[in-house]
Amino acid sequence: MKNDNNKKGIDRREFLKRIGLGAAVVSAASVTGCGGKGSGAAQSVAAAGDIPTDKMTYRTNPKTGEKVSLLGYGCMRWPTVGDESGRDSAEELDQEQINRLVDFAIAHGVNYFDTSPAYCRGRSERATGVALSRHPRDSYFIATKLSNFAPSTWGREASIAMYRNSFKELQVDYIDYMLLHGIGMGNGMPDFEARYIDNGVLDFLLAEREAGRIRNLGFSYHGDIAVFNRLLAEHDKYKWDFVQIQLNYVDWKHAKQTNERNTDAEYLYGELAKRNIPAIIMEPLLGGRLSNVHDHIAAKLRERRHDMSVASWAFRFAGSFPGVLTVLSGMTYMEHLQDNLRTFAPLDPLTDDDREFLEETAQALLRYPTIPCNDCKYCMPCPFGLDIPGILLHFNKCINEGRMPSSSRDAGYAKARREFLIGYDRSVPRLRQADHCIGCNQCVHHCPQSINIPAQMRRIDHFVEDLKQGREF
Amino acid sequence: MLRKIRILLAVVCFVSITLLFLDFTGTVHAWFGWLAKVQLLPAVLAGNAVIVAALALLTLLFGRVYCSVICPLGVMQDCVAWIGKRTKKNRYSYSPERKWLRYGMFVLFIAAMIAGVGSLVALLAPYSAYGRIASNLLAPLWAWGNNVLAYFAERADSYAFYSVDVWIKSLTTLIVAAVSFVVIAVLAWRNGRTWCNTVCPVGTLLGFLSRFSLLRPTIDTEKCNSCGLCARNCKASCIDSKNHKIDYSRCVACMDCIDKCHKGAISYSLRKKTVQQQEQPQPAAEPKNAGRRNFLTGMGMLAATSALRAQEKVVDGGLAVIADKKIPARQTPIVPPGARSLSNMASHCTGCQLCVSVCPNGVLRPSGGLMTLMQPESSYERGYCRPECTKCSEVCPTGAIRKITRAEKSSIQIGHAVWVESNCLPVTDGVYCGSCARHCPAGAITMIRYDADDPDAPRVPSVNVERCIGCGACENLCPARPFSAIYVEGHEQHRTI
Repeated sequence: MKNDNNKKGIDRREFLKRIGLGAAVVSAASVTGCGGKGSGAAQSVAAAGDIPTDKMTYRTNPKTGEKVSLLGYGCMRWPTVGDESGRDSAEELDQEQINRLVDFAIAHGVNYFDTSPAYCRGRSERATGVALSRHPRDSYFIATKLSNFAPSTWGREASIAMYRNSFKELQVDYIDYMLLHGIGMGNGMPDFEARYIDNGVLDFLLAEREAGRIRNLGFSYHGDIAVFNRLLAEHDKYKWDFVQIQLNYVDWKHAKQTNERNTDAEYLYGELAKRNIPAIIMEPLLGGRLSNVHDHIAAKLRERRHDMSVASWAFRFAGSFPGVLTVLSGMTYMEHLQDNLRTFAPLDPLTDDDREFLEETAQALLRYPTIPCNDCKYCMPCPFGLDIPGILLHFNKCINEGRMPSSSRDAGYAKARREFLIGYDRSVPRLRQADHCIGCNQCVHHCPQSINIPAQMRRIDHFVEDLKQGREF
Repeated sequence: MLRKIRILLAVVCFVSITLLFLDFTGTVHAWFGWLAKVQLLPAVLAGNAVIVAALALLTLLFGRVYCSVICPLGVMQDCVAWIGKRTKKNRYSYSPERKWLRYGMFVLFIAAMIAGVGSLVALLAPYSAYGRIASNLLAPLWAWGNNVLAYFAERADSYAFYSVDVWIKSLTTLIVAAVSFVVIAVLAWRNGRTWCNTVCPVGTLLGFLSRFSLLRPTIDTEKCNSCGLCARNCKASCIDSKNHKIDYSRCVACMDCIDKCHKGAISYSLRKKTVQQQEQPQPAAEPKNAGRRNFLTGMGMLAATSALRAQEKVVDGGLAVIADKKIPARQTPIVPPGARSLSNMASHCTGCQLCVSVCPNGVLRPSGGLMTLMQPESSYERGYCRPECTKCSEVCPTGAIRKITRAEKSSIQIGHAVWVESNCLPVTDGVYCGSCARHCPAGAITMIRYDADDPDAPRVPSVNVERCIGCGACENLCPARPFSAIYVEGHEQHRTI
């Protein structure tokens, strides 16, 4: 894929013209060669289909009436020259590639770009600014944040300096969407007050909105729900133009199971919808967990819609809510962008059946995360005779082979139950199975993967009991 | 023809009942479970008047066909005798009824039942005697056969078969089963139905009725040439061919004599018509069919028994050795939920081993006690009485273990857990455990501080005996070996909590 990208990079100036055809073959290039224009190429990519340039789904900002593309570009994962994500690597960002991604996105209707002074180790705003400044200012919306997490930036001057710096980096004289970044993080309410209230920064931002340098003011929320509730309670005072929340089909009803501090998106979205505040969606893929799912879950998603990627389900879930202004996706690679464009241009909203199906999928996902055991046996011998890796590997094997019943109401439940239990007895003698773990914790500090082995043993034991007792789940 | 029908029905019943004792998956019970429940003695003990009446009526109509078709021990003897007959033909002879032995045994049996000497009842009851033989001598072979299939299934990545443990549940019972098999088989080989007509209390009881049966084999003196062939082929030794008399109290209505008689002098006919018989002789004799021999060939497996050994579990390298659990000295034995009380068990159980055969958790085994010999009791070294399982209560034909539901089971207290401080790991090793509390399905165990003054003290179990149902999860999963630090004491009287 890297070669293809470089190849494209050469004729970058031309590519806006032929972008519809040329880029569409990227994913098929390894098979067809880069055919460029012509009917031959069009036929050879027919399976994937062209990405239309004029089909993007837009939502209207109720305050300004502007049309915002339902796919928003998250700029926290710009690629580096080493083809990694700028979030994970200290390498130089690949500006040329970033320009290509931005050009391609804009050409296909994306007009919302979300960055922050903190992203890509502080390099995102500049790179985003460089790429966007090559386009007319009215062809895109910029969202950035006041990311004054560090106590050293809690002071009024430091915070305002950060704010002003964003203008410079982004090469703009107004910000379309300005966010208080991550309210509820850290210690929750005290941190929030220190960052935005005590230093008068929120008042400052409200004034900036009055002055027109901020067109829309909102906040993004993580963590302590009290801060979220407070800011919404004070909506009459602050008149939030939008709020950014974490929403995906797992967090919709099961946020606590992925992170103790999180709150169900159903509640968050409901609170916003009540007040008619547009929602901007972050983490639609739950940090990638909804695109990189177990084989059997992927198979079920694929079975339902052969033409849709695993990730597209998560995007459609987020995008189907009418109160959502845009769904952010941090796209490092052209393939991500193209796949997402296919999802959103235009959006095929979920049916109620689809939603129910995704809820089942969420439950299956939560139930069966594989355990990162690689059978190194450092934990062994267990003083109570358990075959720890044997137990974990059987569990993982069943998950990976898709032989794990995801619900007692599954069509193949009886078969899966039988296979799991018989396979369990075959893999591990009964006396060495998970129910014999007493939780002495001697194994825990031996595990290089930091697996909480006793907790996993308990989980597996509980699951086995569910199966044996035929309990509903 | 009648004989063939008898053999066909007998084979079907016999194979089905045998499968009840062999099948450990519970599938066969769904189909043929009723066959255990129509056995006479279990039906009497279960108070099943309908079945008892039906069997009485059956006997009054057709004679002791029960003994030839329904009773698995009777059919087993026929199988052995059939093999015996192949070595020496016309081997039987008439012998008069041994009344003192027959009625003596019957009185003894009734007395044992009334006195609640379960061991003697179990020893004499025919269905139980067969159950014991099937579950102790045949079931292990079946299980090993299954294990061989499971071995290959595992390698073929198939889940059609799974391996099961084969172990000696009670040495005494095994010996009793082996001895009863040898004794009954030798008697059958030599003299056919001797057991049924001298020892078996059910045979004696049905004999009272079969004297008056409506249909019966009758000798037509006009046709009879007193050759004695019928008597020499009567496994019940009940045909007095010289006097043309048949002792109907011993005749098991096997119809062999009808087939054997060259003159067609014996017919299965209404007792009233004995006089008319002279006018209308029935050509009852059928040409001898060689094919029938194949009928019972499959039964040859009965003879193929062998001594048993417990399968020792091979311990893998790299894993800590796990010592086997030992049975704690319980003051009161535990009987499974549904048994209601030790006395109900003792007075109803005939020791047929059906419950022991189907117990999937290795809990039930025959008792070794003198009074309760071969009756089931629970112990938890191999597994515990799991909350989802009510199999023993489903299969019991005698009402010794009454049918219960899962919900009922969860509230039937069959015993209570007792903590043994000196074995408990938090006490001996100072480690955190709580295995018993975690696995208690009744939530009857709380972990409390060993030393109330020390908040960091290791926690030890405290049993709420009001909530404990005695299932043995704690005892089975206790890491202390060979003796658990928590074990179950049985209750004489079960109660619902």
